[in-house]
Amino acid sequence: MTESYYLVLAAFLFTIGGVGVLVRRNAIIVFMCVELMLNACNLTLVTFSRIHGTLDGQVMAFFVMVVAASEVVVGLAILMAIFRTRRSASVDDVNLLKY
Amino acid sequence: MTDPMLLAEVSTGEAVAFWVLGPLAAVAAVMVVLARKAVHSALFLAAVMLSLAGLYAAQDAPFLAAAQVIVYTGAVLMLFLFVLMLVGVDSSDSLVETLRGQRVAAVLLGLGFAVLVMGAVYRATSDLTGVGLAEAQPDGNVQALARLLFTKYVFAFEATAALLITASLGAMVLAHKERTSEKMTQRQLAKKRFRESHPHPLPGPGVYAGHHSNATPALLPDGSEAPGSVSPSLERTPPGSDGTVVQS
Repeated sequence: MTESYYLVLAAFLFTIGGVGVLVRRNAIIVFMCVELMLNACNLTLVTFSRIHGTLDGQVMAFFVMVVAASEVVVGLAILMAIFRTRRSASVDDVNLLKY
Repeated sequence: MTDPMLLAEVSTGEAVAFWVLGPLAAVAAVMVVLARKAVHSALFLAAVMLSLAGLYAAQDAPFLAAAQVIVYTGAVLMLFLFVLMLVGVDSSDSLVETLRGQRVAAVLLGLGFAVLVMGAVYRATSDLTGVGLAEAQPDGNVQALARLLFTKYVFAFEATAALLITASLGAMVLAHKERTSEKMTQRQLAKKRFRESHPHPLPGPGVYAGHHSNATPALLPDGSEAPGSVSPSLERTPPGSDGTVVQS
């Protein structure tokens, strides 16, 4: 096996995350699937960092982790605020901006 | 300088690690999407993240492996679980399709995307000869990463500091709840209790040999349930269930 197996695995995880975002209705699970996609990208970055022999990919993966952490904090706070007013965590119930 | 063709093949130990952790991550990722309950999804996501930490460690990235365990599995996943508990563990998915055929279309799209991307990535990179990180980190991964972070990427690093402080402020603002009515003093609370039927404290929940959950009502001497012995937020728990609490 070579390093490209890691990239194939990352592509698979990314696809699963994307399908999850499209299929699931619970906003928290949608969020988890976004995290899955970010993790898949991190695996790609780490693998390419190794293929190219430079550490910039790992630094980028580190920044992705930081951004993902702050994104989760704000996103979950928004979800809680929505749940407090609408009593629901389903993405279908948040449709006031649609009309 | 070693032969690049030798570096292209990974060691046996790494191959074993990949073939153990890779399928584990893939199956757990599928289960994140398929699990009916949100808590199960969160636990499967933890499995994915721990497997990925192992894969990072196998790929000469021990710092990222540790950060993955601490930041993702430790902080982000626990935050997810906290919010799940606040929002209600039982808030399961609705099975109603708002767009007709959207699920089938999404799965087909995912299949096509997976085949395309995985095939393209494999064909493009399968004959790559990886350089390896031995030269990029002569005195250790953490030292080399720190050197990069504090020289070449120092502005991005400072920007993440601003991002983190903004995110924590934003979370506090969003999660803050304005009090709409005056807080009742202890005196007012006592008066209210005397005006209503019970100046005494409410009876505690029942503690029996078989059940000691807060949702079990206390029994009066005649065998009937004591009113007020179960918190109103738990009262919707059906008797004889497995103890899952439905929050109102």
